[in-house]
Amino acid sequence: MSENVDNNKRRLLIAASAAAGGVAAVGAGAPFVLSLMPSERAKAAGAPIEVDVSGIEPGTMMSVEWQGKPVWIVHRTKEMLDILTSHDAELADPTSEVPQQPEYCNNATRSIKPEFLVVLGVCTHLGCSPTFRPEVAPADLGANWAGGWFCPCHGSRFDLAARVFKGVPAPTNLIIPPHKYLSETRLVIGDDSKGKA
Amino acid sequence: MMNLLTKLVGWIDERFPLVSMWKEHVSEYYAPKNFNFWYFFGSLAMLLLVIQIVSGIFLTMNYKPDALFAFTSVEYIMRDVQWGWLLRYIHSTGASMFFVVIYLHMFRGIMYGSYRKPRELLWIIGMIIYLALMGEAFMGYLLPWGQMSFWGAQVIVNLFSSVPFIGQDLAILIRGDFVVSDITLNRFFALHVVAIPLILVLIVIAHLVALHEVGSNNPDGIEIKKHKDANGKPLDGIPFHPYYTVKDGVGVMGFLIVFCAIVFFAPDMGGYFLEYNNFVPANPMKTPEHIAPVWYFTPYYAILRAVPPLFGSQFPGVVAMGIATVAFFFLPWLDRGKVKSIRYRGPLYKAFLASFVVSFVGLGWLGLMPSTPTYTIFSQILAVVYFAFFLLMPWYTKIDKCKPEPDRVTFK
Repeated sequence: MSENVDNNKRRLLIAASAAAGGVAAVGAGAPFVLSLMPSERAKAAGAPIEVDVSGIEPGTMMSVEWQGKPVWIVHRTKEMLDILTSHDAELADPTSEVPQQPEYCNNATRSIKPEFLVVLGVCTHLGCSPTFRPEVAPADLGANWAGGWFCPCHGSRFDLAARVFKGVPAPTNLIIPPHKYLSETRLVIGDDSKGKA
Repeated sequence: MMNLLTKLVGWIDERFPLVSMWKEHVSEYYAPKNFNFWYFFGSLAMLLLVIQIVSGIFLTMNYKPDALFAFTSVEYIMRDVQWGWLLRYIHSTGASMFFVVIYLHMFRGIMYGSYRKPRELLWIIGMIIYLALMGEAFMGYLLPWGQMSFWGAQVIVNLFSSVPFIGQDLAILIRGDFVVSDITLNRFFALHVVAIPLILVLIVIAHLVALHEVGSNNPDGIEIKKHKDANGKPLDGIPFHPYYTVKDGVGVMGFLIVFCAIVFFAPDMGGYFLEYNNFVPANPMKTPEHIAPVWYFTPYYAILRAVPPLFGSQFPGVVAMGIATVAFFFLPWLDRGKVKSIRYRGPLYKAFLASFVVSFVGLGWLGLMPSTPTYTIFSQILAVVYFAFFLLMPWYTKIDKCKPEPDRVTFK
């Protein structure tokens, strides 16, 4: 024991052991944090699904489950498709500039076949599933309502091409998942032959 | 017999500071003698922590944290487990009453300036308890796996996904999956039952240690330690035991009457304590027609809905909601008033505090309502009032005409 403590050396040793201890703590903490990420089973659950669209009556919608989320397939009538071009000024992103859809759906109807819209039924605001309201001008949605989706959680509105209206909480259009047609009526969701989603 | 007991205490005291701890924190902890009604809520919050822990432990013995069995196991508790309905209603009523008590406790602190120097850290520890409690309530709400459990969790977890750049990964890290699923339920169970209660108990102890270090504030907002007798005891202080143990006992009685009345006669409180949609099993394919969080989160929820998306992102609304919660942390430094208590504040402060209470209650009500354009405008106005209370505080507390504080506490 000496009175002459070398403070510089002591500080260096403290810093060195703190650094080594810190590295060890991060290393030991990593497995715990990583265990919180999706497991292999959770990752494997997102396989593509096949749907027969022939049973969907014009003007109605079918909801199927893909990756634990609802996917809607809407059979749009000619009147529904005609309305789509009439309200561009009220939409936040009428020409789908934000890449919320695969390239092949970046068109006026946001679909491969204009009469069938395939869209992920998850609000881009906070993930609720909006309600399908195909009727025109119902009392609760106002005289301007031309059919579309209304999100009950926070009041976001979408038209029949799943494009978001201005002035609602949702920032972007609904997501169009990758999909393709095997035949006239056989639809695959989650796979478009350009790589799986 | 007494002799034996004295000997036992003596034996323990030589090995553990039992008597000195009792004296320091109970029998010789001097609290101001002018406590009023508002000082019941601290001890009631402690009582609720105990009620929630005990009822929670017993619920855990029959609950199954599995997406396939969770809903039915809650039904099983309600129908088949002997007295299970009582345990569950105590726990669900306790959750809501915990927030009633905590909000009144916080309001007391704001009213009497209990966050001011030297109690800043005491206030901050209290705010951490409040945040932990919100996390605890949110995770517990997922466990019954009803429609509101599922969609509530979906919305709240998605709040995190709006954080720029890291949001999506953050939400996946919280859920442990790409959607709210069995994995999410399982981990929320672990956090709700083990992790957060442990943290809560520890920070409640820290809250009490900090309180007993600086001493309690009082309705006059003046320091009783300024006037001490020859023995160094505050002249306006009385020992916590027996004076306040007895007084708090009366508070506990009154509280338990209300508590039992709710548990036995209105456990769902007209859909506000237990929401009707939560009696429907979780369905990831369909959002209920009207969803709203439980009442204690609705003021913040209304603020979230009031903010429109900016720059194509809902993040600003999430930030506003976050600031609304965290703003309380900064009260000790926002308040520039010469006096602490509302009793000696001027009209400006009283007007701002009153409008803050109106905005908090109003936003709470709007958060329960479906969103319509009119309600959104109301929410926006009240959100501005809410933030004005905090943002303008350095100004209005400074120029306000305060009355002179008394030298000694007022006590009739």
